[in-house]
Amino acid sequence: MYSQTVAEHIANPRNVGEIASPSGKGDVTNEACLDRILLTIKIEDTKIIDAKVKARGCPPTIAAASMLTQLIIGKSVIEAEDLTRNDLELALEFLPSTKKHCSLLAIDALRTAIENSQR
Amino acid sequence: MTEMKVYLDNSATTPVAKEVIEAMLPYLAEDFGNAQSVHAFGQRAKSAVEQARREVAALINAQAAEIIFVSGGTEADNLAIRGIVEAHQDKGKHIITTRIEHPAVLATCEALAQRGFQVTYLPVSRDGLINLEDVRAAITDETILISVMHANNETGVIQPLEAIAAIVNQRRAQGHGHLHFHTDAVQAVGKITVDVAQLGVDLLSLSGHKLHAPKGVGALFIKKGVRLAKLFYGGHHERDKRPGTENVPGIVALGKACELARREFGERTARMRELRDYLEQRILNEIPDVQINGDREHRVPNICNLSFAGVDGESLLIALDLQGIAVSTGSACSSGSLEPSHVLTAMQLKREEVRGSLRFSLSAYTTREEIDYAVEALREITARLRAMLPSDEVEASRVSSQA
Repeated sequence: MYSQTVAEHIANPRNVGEIASPSGKGDVTNEACLDRILLTIKIEDTKIIDAKVKARGCPPTIAAASMLTQLIIGKSVIEAEDLTRNDLELALEFLPSTKKHCSLLAIDALRTAIENSQR
Repeated sequence: MTEMKVYLDNSATTPVAKEVIEAMLPYLAEDFGNAQSVHAFGQRAKSAVEQARREVAALINAQAAEIIFVSGGTEADNLAIRGIVEAHQDKGKHIITTRIEHPAVLATCEALAQRGFQVTYLPVSRDGLINLEDVRAAITDETILISVMHANNETGVIQPLEAIAAIVNQRRAQGHGHLHFHTDAVQAVGKITVDVAQLGVDLLSLSGHKLHAPKGVGALFIKKGVRLAKLFYGGHHERDKRPGTENVPGIVALGKACELARREFGERTARMRELRDYLEQRILNEIPDVQINGDREHRVPNICNLSFAGVDGESLLIALDLQGIAVSTGSACSSGSLEPSHVLTAMQLKREEVRGSLRFSLSAYTTREEIDYAVEALREITARLRAMLPSDEVEASRVSSQA
């Protein structure tokens, strides 16, 4: 049902935690299934130098949250803003059609964190 | 930790017993005859079918003539329910069942409701038990069938069938002779004593692959004298109640599986209960914030359903699978379904409790070493997933599990 990549991130989630004084924070919940992603990012000179994530949810939500941190660390904020759910799904190799909301939740967390950093 | 393969999803299906495979093999090879044929090939097959019928009957204290072979639990449930309503609808069009039945019963009742039958779905308590007063109150002069499962497939909770039968008998004594009582005993047979005379049921469904026979074979007990319409039309097989060439190897396998279940009943059930209780105790002692779902006393010996606070059952399932351990979950989105378990929902469990639920189901062949391996993995995985929880949720889940 799930790709090797999704399974691998469940077994070994990356960048788990919360940055103490983050530049931005995205805390989003899918009210339908109650899955939640809390993303904190550290920005220096318009570049995301660190990202940490906490999550509760089904395998694709955890994998999407974990993969998201890998994709954004080292990217400029503008590059990160361009990231779409399709990019995330490609990186995860595959998500079943009933699980597309999980990648969307991760992208929501990213957008919210960036917006929050610009206030 | 050394990698092991641990199968704790025996309520979904069981491995076929070695003795069962050996028993059925001749009927795939040299004794391949059609049981309806009059020559020796056919008669050997027929004799094996009748021997299997006696074994199935013996396991549930029925007469051989009261056993009809079918393709499995779903067909047995369909034949029982639709067979009764088709044959007795002139007496009434009301069916009583419960909210926690297997889809084989629920979907059949829903289809009948589309055709104008009235269906009452009995609720269950937080422990997963129906209330006898609800049964009594639901029966009307129009009621022709009560279908209540024996043991639930998700929680293992056993319903009070004898007490329901007493209510049914009381109504019959009052002249309500068209009231019938069916039970889906797919999860009960081989796990607890199932005695059709003692239970007082008219119809009982059982399935081979839940008791170490292969998939594709099951049986329906139809009490002598109960009139039932057939679902299929064809030849006159199975006392004209279920046409179709007999699945001789499957039937032989079911017979052997029933014989083993009867012969080894005490040893198997004691072993399953001991290991299930050991699994449960270790989890409760070693992993914080876990609750048992369903009544602990009225429960088959091989199933436990647990909720792990703060984590998602499907994430636990996938992580366990990566370590070679197979379990099942009633949480949302599992098995391609977006709906959370209708059983746990009917028990009024909170969404969080349903989401964090896992079912462990053992068989006669489960070992202590396998349980130890599963508990170690579960402890490590639960800790890892909980470490991912936002800090405010750790507190919230702790409170919720203590409530």
